[in-house]
Amino acid sequence: MDINDIIKPENLVYDKSPLQIDTIMHYCPGCSHGVVHKLVAEIIEELGIQEDTIGVSPVGCAVFAYNYIDIDWQQAAHGRAPAVATGIARTNPEKIVFTYQGDGDLASIGAGEILHACNRGENIVVIFINNAIYGMTGGQMAPTTLIGQPTSTSPNGRDVALNGYPMKMTEIIATLPGTYYVTRQSVHTAATVRKCKKAIKKAFQNVIAKKGTSFVEVVSTCNSGWKMTPVGANTWMEENMFPEYVPGDLKDNDIQKPASGN
Amino acid sequence: MGELRLMKGNEVLAEAAIRCGCDAYFGYPITPQSEVMETLMEQKPWESTGMVVLQAESEVASINMVYGAAASGKKAMTSSSSPGISLMTEGISYIAGAELPCLIVNVQRGGPGLGTIQPSQADYFQAVKGGGHGDYRLITLAPASVQEMHDFVKLAFDLAFKYRNPSMILTDGALGQMMEKVELADYTPRRTKEEIIDQCGSWATTGKTSGREKHVITSLEMDSHKMEQNNLRFQDKFKNIEANEVRYEAIRCDDAELILVAFGTSSRICQKAIELARDKGIKVGLIRPITLYPFPTAIIAELAPRVKGFLSVEMSAGQMVEDVKLAVYNARCITPVEHFGRMGGILPSPNEVVDALESKFLNQ
Amino acid sequence: MAKVRGAVVVEKEGCKGCSLCVEACPQEVLALHKEVNSRGYHYSYMKNPEECIGCSNCGVVCPDTCITVYRVKF
Repeated sequence: MDINDIIKPENLVYDKSPLQIDTIMHYCPGCSHGVVHKLVAEIIEELGIQEDTIGVSPVGCAVFAYNYIDIDWQQAAHGRAPAVATGIARTNPEKIVFTYQGDGDLASIGAGEILHACNRGENIVVIFINNAIYGMTGGQMAPTTLIGQPTSTSPNGRDVALNGYPMKMTEIIATLPGTYYVTRQSVHTAATVRKCKKAIKKAFQNVIAKKGTSFVEVVSTCNSGWKMTPVGANTWMEENMFPEYVPGDLKDNDIQKPASGN
Repeated sequence: MGELRLMKGNEVLAEAAIRCGCDAYFGYPITPQSEVMETLMEQKPWESTGMVVLQAESEVASINMVYGAAASGKKAMTSSSSPGISLMTEGISYIAGAELPCLIVNVQRGGPGLGTIQPSQADYFQAVKGGGHGDYRLITLAPASVQEMHDFVKLAFDLAFKYRNPSMILTDGALGQMMEKVELADYTPRRTKEEIIDQCGSWATTGKTSGREKHVITSLEMDSHKMEQNNLRFQDKFKNIEANEVRYEAIRCDDAELILVAFGTSSRICQKAIELARDKGIKVGLIRPITLYPFPTAIIAELAPRVKGFLSVEMSAGQMVEDVKLAVYNARCITPVEHFGRMGGILPSPNEVVDALESKFLNQ
Repeated sequence: MAKVRGAVVVEKEGCKGCSLCVEACPQEVLALHKEVNSRGYHYSYMKNPEECIGCSNCGVVCPDTCITVYRVKF
């Protein structure tokens, strides 16, 4: 069979979402952001909520998320996306509001805002990209940097005595009664990308159903910051990140009603 | 005639917000302005007008909630007092950079640092020179009565939306805590979704419809040339504001040889000082800036050639006095400009003001 | 059993040569080209097109959404 007999519109099985803007993203080759952006665009399209969705982009590499998905966006100050999203969601309860934040943004400078937004049970989706490093500013240590992991501000590896421990935000968030769905995903293989898409889609569906905060961590790579190849970074992530940041659902109120006090 | 009530300044800020169709208030408790949010929580406007009231986890969160609401075209406000406003300055700079309309109320207390809970006017620089990083200005209104605390809420929102720029009401603990008779405005309904799209549909995040491009609210621009163009556009806007929105009150200036310049609480003290001074035969008048930005430069420049001096009376070490000097300089005059102030939460007395006039201008 | 054939179209200029698609392909269809695109990246291409089953794994993992996948059953 000739290749040109296969490449025909009626045989199309995988293509870019029309909601993803036709431009080359500024991310480094192999960056997880691109995959997650793609998923968000696909989900907004599939749910038919383009007109109702407001995205909040962070400070960090994903600040330019607004250039890639064809919806209305607000760009928040560093760490403040959950507060900005609160302002949108409270005054526009009919809108589907999501934040897209990195680990420096969410776990360090914005630790207060995310905890309180989740504790209030703001009806928002939070997408948390955890690559254990500050990408945009050039690979500095993040709160989620692993013990011993070298970064430009921990060149000899993260030292507990000096820098404390990797911060497991998602575990902390899951303890807050305001949250409805808290999960940790990854996008390093086709199977995990498909699974992650289901999780993010569920988070959006929860917000459409006004169930409260849905929080999706995506354990990600920053191969430039880690100074690895994209494929090597995926392997390193599986071997080193997953033991610390174990993938899976931490809380899903659809399946299990919370225990008392949680 | 509207409804008359005896009310505290802080309470009237809340009442005026509800009555002018405000969509949302986000705040954090701090003395001496906590009655603003307390009054709103008591009034429960979410049940009447649909206005959202939320106690945030910090001033930082409050101002960013205002950002989110304002960016979707809503009439959003916050209030705080000096240390809380310092925390908000990052967010205010972002709001100015993203050209969002909103209202910030500063019920000033003495600083620096935690300072005191007593009234002060030492946040003048912070308010009128921008406050946060970058070249921006806040339309700054200075009420001098509880009635003006009421009236300026609507005015501040109107100006904010007219220019797509944050407005500030710069008041102090004395006016916030003071009770006076106030005539309340009738209720203006909150704008409908359609009215918001009519008013803000060209820029706000009202949801991307197929009929338009996506809207992005951001203060970020990586291209230096474009960022300079953004700044030039802001500067044009500020020139426009300076040309059209100056407000002040001139009291007994016609025959005055000495002019007091004072705003807010200080201006009330100065009115008494004028009486005391005139009893002594000193012809004194008062310029009361109502807009601190834009500053009433022209009237001061106009008076400068024919008066013997200006005394800027402030509850600070002397901040507005610099703008009075600039106004006199603009008139190419050498009329003396002096300052008298008390700090730390102390209000100057009318007699002290008269003494200052005499010692700085007459007994030389 | 029905036979399945697939084909992959890589938008050459959008590819940054990260090779995640090469790694994700179960059939070893894809490889990075020895030539580079206008931005200097060795782009992905179908080295063994006859092996493609149109599973879309390459497209799914592509961070730059530059892969389109086609599939036929016969």
